[in-house]
Amino acid sequence: MNRITATAGAEFRIAVRNRWVAISIAMMALFSLVLSAAGSSATGTIGADRLSVVVASLTSLAVYLVPLVALLMSFDAIAGEVERGTLSLLLTYPVSRPEILLGKLLAHLAILTLAVAVGYGIAAVAALAVDGEAIAGLPALWRLLWSSVLLGATFLGVGYAASALARRPSGAAGLAIGVWLGLIVLYDLGLLAAIVADNGGIFTTKVFPLALLANPADAFRLYNLAASQATSAAAGVAGAANTIPIWASLTSILLWPLAAIALATAAFRKVTP
Amino acid sequence: MTPTLTLQCLTKTYGSQRALSEVSLTVAPGERVALLGHNGAGKSTMMKIILGLIPYDSGELLVTGAAPGSPAARRQVAYLPENAAFHPALTGLEQIRHYLALRGENSALGIGLLERVGLGPAAKRRIGTYSKGMRQRVGLAQALIGKPQLLVLDEPTGGLDPVSRRDFYELLDGLAAEGASILLSSHALTEVEARTDRILILSGGVLVAEGSLGDLRRSAALPVSFQVTPQREALAEVALALPEATATGETLTLSCDQNDKLRLLARITELGSKVADIDVHPPSLEDIYSHFSKRAGQ
Repeated sequence: MNRITATAGAEFRIAVRNRWVAISIAMMALFSLVLSAAGSSATGTIGADRLSVVVASLTSLAVYLVPLVALLMSFDAIAGEVERGTLSLLLTYPVSRPEILLGKLLAHLAILTLAVAVGYGIAAVAALAVDGEAIAGLPALWRLLWSSVLLGATFLGVGYAASALARRPSGAAGLAIGVWLGLIVLYDLGLLAAIVADNGGIFTTKVFPLALLANPADAFRLYNLAASQATSAAAGVAGAANTIPIWASLTSILLWPLAAIALATAAFRKVTP
Repeated sequence: MTPTLTLQCLTKTYGSQRALSEVSLTVAPGERVALLGHNGAGKSTMMKIILGLIPYDSGELLVTGAAPGSPAARRQVAYLPENAAFHPALTGLEQIRHYLALRGENSALGIGLLERVGLGPAAKRRIGTYSKGMRQRVGLAQALIGKPQLLVLDEPTGGLDPVSRRDFYELLDGLAAEGASILLSSHALTEVEARTDRILILSGGVLVAEGSLGDLRRSAALPVSFQVTPQREALAEVALALPEATATGETLTLSCDQNDKLRLLARITELGSKVADIDVHPPSLEDIYSHFSKRAGQ
């Protein structure tokens, strides 16, 4: 345990020096502010409190931003050590590879948690300031917070796996961007195209819900929108998937971090310094 | 005494190329062993196998009585990689404290370790601002953590100036006196400065020579060379008396086996005042090293 916390401490310090802490907090805070400002005109017509509406928009934002920040923080984790030549020395220490990974994960997850907490906190304060009813949206915000942390853990794990597989930071960065594009952007576009082509057939009723659950970002979106009373405020994929039970999306977002970290550990074991 | 390190017929191949071919050796506690060889002779491969970083194909290997790379072995072995590298954003002190924590040692020992390698004043500066020699010292400081039984040092004196190099060998002497075994590699025999108990020469993955510097000198049996400078007017006369010599300008060069050294010297001294000067060159460390390295067809 001491070795994990020591690794986390060093990684956190490195992230502070590399401005990653400042960059990720500023990024989340800025986008939350923009969303709060943009969302301030829509409340009356929907009949939900302002914070719930903000949570719905924050969910759509987090789906893009949290994986991006997580991948940016993690792609260098192993490939960078290989390239700097620090990994061979580290691996002669009495510390196991899973311990090294968990230490890095702990540090990066702490930074990510800090960033989303600051971002969502700003949005909550802004909503509460203008709408007394907004307190009803606090459970939805809390749910968004911890599920964002789980989403971040998943993509940190994916980033470590990419880092271990690529062995070079440049390759790892390319792989990370590819993963982000594939899982976050193209995946949904593909599903949408398939639904249109399928026209209400077997794909739409059977395969589509499973395909949504299989993608950590989609499961995250499903869970938050289905659990929120402001589902109607959200457009797109989520509306089509109202039939998916909430336990299914919850299971998906709980299992994904474990799967991603297992994947990262397996890839890291194959790295020879 | 049980040896700290035992290699028996250790073999490692990369594809069709043999990196190590049936290498056997033992290192006793407190022994300082130098591993010599060209680039690609297999030194780093051998060290990485001993550290458990890369697997080996066949043979037997015991590191402090345990399997290489096992937690028990890793606790007892310290490593200084060639061109030691660290994260540039950390300070020397932070880096050492991290390594102390990984070995379960008190992180308050960090500053003492850095002072021991002469980095006390720079301890709170980022490693990114360090010179190559300073990074090498951070590497050395981390290798001193927790009284290791075996130190594996890959070209440790590479970035060091001659004074630091002498300090470094003094540090090693102290560690060896406390019972630590030391295995260090180098490109050249001159670099190890005869500060080691035993020298191993690796060539093309084969252990071609092993022993003290004296042992190697004897078994190489390289010729001794003489340079004789006759008085200017006696040049022809001296050349006639030493028919085996080759003349270059005003000096005559001859060489002979170690055993014939005194006899040849006697012949030259018989010439008396006809000889103005004489230089005797025993085989240099480089000569001995290249003798063994070449023998393996390198």
